[in-house]
Amino acid sequence: MKKLFTYTILIIGAVVFIYPFWWMLAASVAPQTSIGNLTLLPESVSLDSYSQVFNKIPIARSLFNSLFVSLTVTLGVVTFGSMVGYALSHLEFKGKNLLFYIIIFTMTLPFQITLIPQYILMVKFNWVDSYFALIVPYFLSGLSIIMFNQYFKTIPKDLIDAARIDGCGEFRILFRILWPNALPAIITVGIITFMTSWNEVLWPIIVIRDDNLMTMPQLVTLFAVGGRAESQLGVKLAAATLLAIPVIVAYAFFQKYFIQSMASTGLKE
Amino acid sequence: MKTKKAIPYLFIAPYVIHFLVFISFPVLFSFFLMFNKWNIIAPMKFVGFQNFYRLAHDHLFMQSILNTIIFLVIHIPLQIIVALFFAVMLSKKVKFIGFFRAAYFLPVVVSGVVVTILWQQLYGYEGGLLNRLLVSIGLGKVGWLVDPKIAMPSIALMATWKNVGLYIILFLAGLQTVPQYLYESAELEGASSWQKFRYITLPMINPTMFMVVILSTIGGFSLFIEPYVMTGGGPLNSTLSAVLYIYKQGFFYYHMGYAATLGFFFAGIILVVIFIQRRYIEKETG
Repeated sequence: MKKLFTYTILIIGAVVFIYPFWWMLAASVAPQTSIGNLTLLPESVSLDSYSQVFNKIPIARSLFNSLFVSLTVTLGVVTFGSMVGYALSHLEFKGKNLLFYIIIFTMTLPFQITLIPQYILMVKFNWVDSYFALIVPYFLSGLSIIMFNQYFKTIPKDLIDAARIDGCGEFRILFRILWPNALPAIITVGIITFMTSWNEVLWPIIVIRDDNLMTMPQLVTLFAVGGRAESQLGVKLAAATLLAIPVIVAYAFFQKYFIQSMASTGLKE
Repeated sequence: MKTKKAIPYLFIAPYVIHFLVFISFPVLFSFFLMFNKWNIIAPMKFVGFQNFYRLAHDHLFMQSILNTIIFLVIHIPLQIIVALFFAVMLSKKVKFIGFFRAAYFLPVVVSGVVVTILWQQLYGYEGGLLNRLLVSIGLGKVGWLVDPKIAMPSIALMATWKNVGLYIILFLAGLQTVPQYLYESAELEGASSWQKFRYITLPMINPTMFMVVILSTIGGFSLFIEPYVMTGGGPLNSTLSAVLYIYKQGFFYYHMGYAATLGFFFAGIILVVIFIQRRYIEKETG
């Protein structure tokens, strides 16, 4: 009896979290006039809303922009984050403690304080309407450094010393010996960074005005807010569905990694 | 083993450069901007404390902070209750736990923009799914996004739906650290389910609670995209969040000096709130 209650609650919960996405998908392929009555299945299927999205905004280009920006940022964060994490965990240098405190401090600094001056910096660098503005300010993150530092500390010093005796340079040690032994940390940092970069909207809205350089979430946001969707529900929902699909597909394949990685942002605090 | 002295600095150089250019310079520049009036195009003009005077008399900014706090006050407790409830359900050795976790986590991975556009339709006054549901069970329509009293709670409800999956996972991990023997000995003493929850589970998961509160506070203070897409800050500025207001001052009106002042001030509020939470929760844990 108690079990039955538990399962009923859990299933209701699953419906509450999944059904709205199903409704969105159904509404995006339903004829415009029937969305107001739609509950489960559309009366007939039409791809009209999608063709309108493709005609009105460069959505395919924005997918490329988003992938390019998020992948580059992720590559930067993993590379530089692991470099600093390695220096903190296995190298000796002056000012190590200071550096550590600075990193912790920047992690607690609210972004609201740097928003305006960072924009001005972009204007002065002439980076407004360029990929640089979307990538370079995000190239390093305190969280990734802390995570790599913690993970590298679990790797025995003997392994590194042995490599040094064999004449390995520090860069080789990091990329050839530590990286292959730190795959869980790389996956975690990679997923968190990619997702954060992919979902960022406020910053792109501020620094990108050219349709062809916009990220996908940004383009879809401005499409929904501005007049271009002409307040047609189906078209807005089709744009939102297109934005959701890449992430949902990735999530379907790697759901365990997604959950572990994103939950570990909190767990490592 | 000794390495060449310069090598470590080579490793940290990218961070140091990044920190100087993209963090310390902006913070210092922001401080400088507070005493100036500037629209980026015309030359900067020193105005002394004028921005501070203006801030102190800016009712709209005060309202935007109040709105953000209203959001937090609804969102955080609601999120904790719902997350804890589902986490407890999932911790009861249920089958298909992988499926349920994945389902609850789905809105967490999907972009906030998607969720916002979707919920804007669900919240529609005429023909929105929620109102149709209410009418079909004989209740009246709710002005989810059009009633100034309800609009912010509606946004808080949606944000809870979007984020709660993450907190379910965090609480579930926290629950698994509670030693089973505590429950067993409590059962021997005849404790009820509620007593076990109140006096064993809750104190034991305090570290998780702390993290959930801090994470959702930081998230809540950056509320932007939801009101930006759904309401534009309306009706009657009831969903104007502080970040949305700073954004408008900076990028609609190009009041860079004033927007920087608002950003500085608001960041101060965030740090104070988090500091108080930290102190309070540390005291509670002992």
